[in-house]
Amino acid sequence: MSDLSETKQIPPPLWLLAEITYRCPLHCVFCYNPLNYAEDKKELTTDQWKDVLRQARKMGAAQLGFSGGEPLVRDDLEELIGEAHQLGYYTNLITSGVGLTEERISKMKSLGLDHIQLSFQDSTKEMNDFLSSTKTFDLKNRVAKLIKKYDYPMVLNVVLHRYNLDHIGRIIEMAVEMGVEYLELANTQYYAWAHVNRDQLMPSREQLERAEAVVNEYRAKLGNKLRLLFVVPDYFEDKPKACMNGWGSVFLAVAADGSALPCHAAKTLPGLTFPNVAEEKLEDIWYRSDAFNRYRGFEWMKEPCRSCADKEKDFGGCRCQAYALLGDAEAADPVCGKSPHHDDVKKIVLHARTAAAQEKPLIYRNDANSVKYATIPIRDARDTVI
Amino acid sequence: MTDLTAKPKLARLFRMQYEEAQQGYVLLYPEGMVKLNQSASEILKRCDGERDVHAIIADIEQSFNATGLEKDVTGFLEIATERGWIV
Repeated sequence: MSDLSETKQIPPPLWLLAEITYRCPLHCVFCYNPLNYAEDKKELTTDQWKDVLRQARKMGAAQLGFSGGEPLVRDDLEELIGEAHQLGYYTNLITSGVGLTEERISKMKSLGLDHIQLSFQDSTKEMNDFLSSTKTFDLKNRVAKLIKKYDYPMVLNVVLHRYNLDHIGRIIEMAVEMGVEYLELANTQYYAWAHVNRDQLMPSREQLERAEAVVNEYRAKLGNKLRLLFVVPDYFEDKPKACMNGWGSVFLAVAADGSALPCHAAKTLPGLTFPNVAEEKLEDIWYRSDAFNRYRGFEWMKEPCRSCADKEKDFGGCRCQAYALLGDAEAADPVCGKSPHHDDVKKIVLHARTAAAQEKPLIYRNDANSVKYATIPIRDARDTVI
Repeated sequence: MTDLTAKPKLARLFRMQYEEAQQGYVLLYPEGMVKLNQSASEILKRCDGERDVHAIIADIEQSFNATGLEKDVTGFLEIATERGWIV
């Protein structure tokens, strides 16, 4: 009985992110895949993924993202797209473009893929190829043309940081030329590989303000023709992001190995065991597992969140960030101006401008580094930050 | 101002479908979803590119046995156009 009423109060997942593989031909320095992704290369089978799609759809998920890693690495992607379309999902492919041949895109179109999000690292070949440690700029441009040839709506995603924020005008012009519908200008969120490279990627406040002014000029000029989404750089804010719209509220990620996660960075949190879809029913995982219930609602909160008027808007910010910066996943996200540790975030931003911080080499996401850095504790030792 | 002879239709970026779990219609688009209330659903369902705004209003007034809904319908169509849902 109590179980039933519990189930009724918890809304169903609406968004399913299927990270079908962590294999990726790119080596981006801001990748959000786990640092230790190379330790366990097990992946769910085609049938297991189809079962996940069916279960999540039945529960209410309507948006589906195929992501990774690079999802095109799996040659059963088309089969999964076909299944997803049959089930009634709106199906998004989130890709670097590597592996997207005309043959594959044409097949995906006929199987019912709804939309493609293509990532670029920059508007210049040099920076794009440098940040991803690959020669992919020309290929991505060819893929962008293919996406439009097949009449797909297209989101262009560019992760922003110190190295490309000053190119933002050219990035927007590039998106206009490609004919994309949405340009997602996503300031780096410092998790996983971006966290390791945080000092080198962190922009200055002045740089950000200049970039945002350029974005606003283009917004006024372009109107509805191209929608510009500017994902806020939260280290520079004093209000935290409403991470995942609340833990276990709408978003369900399934990692390559089948772990079910309330957010793709959640594996960095200590003391949580994430259930695997190969072993448990999705319904049990979503409604009844400890991992999904841990930070649901407001009961787990401490002050200043617990009595905060904004708690229903921002849910206390991001649990992974609170843990990474403070070693306490239940604390208010220190990005919040009300956090007693908000000054730490300001110190991190300032520290990144010192010569010592900027001279550190960038760490690329690759198997060798994954093995090497897997054991680095995710959280900063607070007292080492200046 | 809504042109009453225009024949609005859903923009190609959007897909409208009924979602059992949400007990209502939603608009799906790249990486996003909007839940529609009942009146929005009823108006958008009729935006098929064949009926003009006059016909949409008349049809809704007849279906709901009401009159004087012109302002509600055109008001919604203006918002929907602004958001890019219909063309």
